[in-house]
Amino acid sequence: MYNFVLQADDLDSLIQAIRAQGYEVLGPVVQDQAITYGPVACASDLPRGWTDEQDRGHYRLKRRTDGAYFGYAAGPHSWKQFLQLPTRPVWKAQRTDHGIRMTEIVDEAPAVAFLGVRSCELHAIAIQDRIFIDDHYRNDSYLNRRANILTVAVNCTAPAETCFCTSMQTGPRVTLESDLALTEVIDGQEHYFLIGSDSYRGGQILNSLPVKPATARQLQLAEAAVDRAAKEMESGSRQFDSGDLKELLYRNLDSPAWDEVAERCLSCANCTMVCPTCFCSTVEDSTDLSGETAERRERWDSCFTRDFSYISGGPVRADTRSRYRQWMTHKLASWFDQFDSSGCVGCGRCISWCPVGIDLTEQVARIRELEEPS
Amino acid sequence: MDRAKLAVWKFASCDGCQLSLLDCEDELLELADIVDIAYFKEASSREVEGPYDLSLVEGSITTAHDRDRIVEVRRQSRALITIGACATAGGVQALRNFSDVEDFAAIVYAEPQYIATLATSTPISAHVTVDFELQGCPINKHQLLEVISSFLHRRPPQVPAHSVCIECKLRGNVCVWVAHGTPCMGPITHAGCGAICPSYDRGCYGCYGPKENPNTGSLVHWWQEELGAEQATVIENLRNFNAEAPAFAHESRRLAGEAGQESGDDQK
Ligand code: SF4
Ligand code: SF4
Ligand code: SF4
Ligand code: SF4
Repeated sequence: MYNFVLQADDLDSLIQAIRAQGYEVLGPVVQDQAITYGPVACASDLPRGWTDEQDRGHYRLKRRTDGAYFGYAAGPHSWKQFLQLPTRPVWKAQRTDHGIRMTEIVDEAPAVAFLGVRSCELHAIAIQDRIFIDDHYRNDSYLNRRANILTVAVNCTAPAETCFCTSMQTGPRVTLESDLALTEVIDGQEHYFLIGSDSYRGGQILNSLPVKPATARQLQLAEAAVDRAAKEMESGSRQFDSGDLKELLYRNLDSPAWDEVAERCLSCANCTMVCPTCFCSTVEDSTDLSGETAERRERWDSCFTRDFSYISGGPVRADTRSRYRQWMTHKLASWFDQFDSSGCVGCGRCISWCPVGIDLTEQVARIRELEEPS
Repeated sequence: MDRAKLAVWKFASCDGCQLSLLDCEDELLELADIVDIAYFKEASSREVEGPYDLSLVEGSITTAHDRDRIVEVRRQSRALITIGACATAGGVQALRNFSDVEDFAAIVYAEPQYIATLATSTPISAHVTVDFELQGCPINKHQLLEVISSFLHRRPPQVPAHSVCIECKLRGNVCVWVAHGTPCMGPITHAGCGAICPSYDRGCYGCYGPKENPNTGSLVHWWQEELGAEQATVIENLRNFNAEAPAFAHESRRLAGEAGQESGDDQK
């Protein structure tokens, strides 16, 4: 698929070509000492020469020794925030002489290009598509936004310590469809991108770029860069066999590992907020003082809150043990029953952004360890 | 139907939460149309006798007189809602609970023998039944209006008891704890402020008090072991406006006890 080469000096032509098609480009930017996702007007907005150092409960923005544009791993933001909005109004109601008038709030779905989508993130978007579009409880706000997204994937060549996509079979190589896909190569003085397209609109953009056909050596270097990323993760401490996760967790609903983690977990919900697949939301209904108008808003929710499982009389999951267990068994076990896939793509965000460094790969190992008679 | 009668009461407090109500401006005029503001000394000298449909109570109990007065307020009120850290957790004046109030009085007043005060500052809920507690120092005026609207229209208030972290993430902030190594009380603090402090690149200092199901011990452990926070920093954060909230007080007493600073409070 990556048949062409775009010189790094010409990267801006890609951004301008996408903009010329009427898309707003969102991509990686340096903000508040992290690489987040925000508006990208030109190539110089990108985090060139920046990377991240990540570990459990730890993230630091760092300088790279080279000028790579995409030399960082998944950060605090995910594309979820642009598709399933953190909060949005759903409807307004007004009391009238004849009863109540309800007005649905249809929000705008702008044409947006996601630049720099990783393979794990394409998988995460595909998972949310299954939930919000393919399942019978369709979310029209998501559907409308999703229909207007152009994706520019970038093969991952700079995984963080916290990444484990190789364990979840979701990366680092881009295998799902995207409109355009790139691999960044730095070879001595040479700095270029292998580029290809999977769609008609991607092809149209590609046709307008100053690209040249790729040579065998360039293709080989690009492959090698992604292979190195895979090897790095496979030899890292977070590599594990995910083949039997569902059975493992279902067998261990009473593992003492849940009590141990509950001692540390703050039930703060950061892990579910940063997770690119967690899809839960709640609605909040309110009135104004007069009671003449009412409004419903939707906002992200989390199985770590008390209200999440509140039914008449009290919460089903009052303690942290049951909340953490719900989270992990949903991600790694019951998600298979519900959506035929894992709910985890191995991006490592929940590990880095957990304030107290709780690591689900360690929890899996701990459950296994406590199960085996030693 | 008669308009609901609203009363606003002050106990030991700085008046900041009542000011949040005055600060509502446009909505305050609307509120005055919808309810009869029967007793609100901060705003008006008008006094209508009880009973009241809704009482908002600011301040904590620090004197024997107030201990009796709150019982009378409760007797006169169909619903009683506490507003702010003082009424809900004892306020900053509950620092006396960790020390000897007579020592404080001796330092502050020339003639301390004229000061009649209780040894502790306690929340309203330690004395009477409270229907709803609105946390914050000061409270958020939008949340206050929400609580009043919900009372007037017989619906549950939308005041989630979860962490400040959720508000922080909804805003798309970069976490100051994880990305900058700044100690932040957000994970154990009740939402409501909209994560103001982390949005301005500083740690939350817990002015909304504990969230539901807080794990203070685990937060403190990480602050000390991984973020290198000094014991004094930890205690300062636990002991400010919500010092006597059980989830904060328990931990600060444990820490102070370890350091041998505050002997003799263990009986509390
Ligand atoms: S893990 Fe929790 S927040 Fe995430 S999708 Fe499942 S229930 Fe929802
Ligand atoms: S559970 Fe954690 S590692 Fe898995 S997709 Fe969610 S944030 Fe990423
Ligand atoms: S696992 Fe970590 S991020 Fe998730 S709720 Fe617990 S403490 Fe918060
Ligand atoms: S900055 Fe503070 S409030 Fe925000 S997510 Fe981090 S710990 Fe929570």
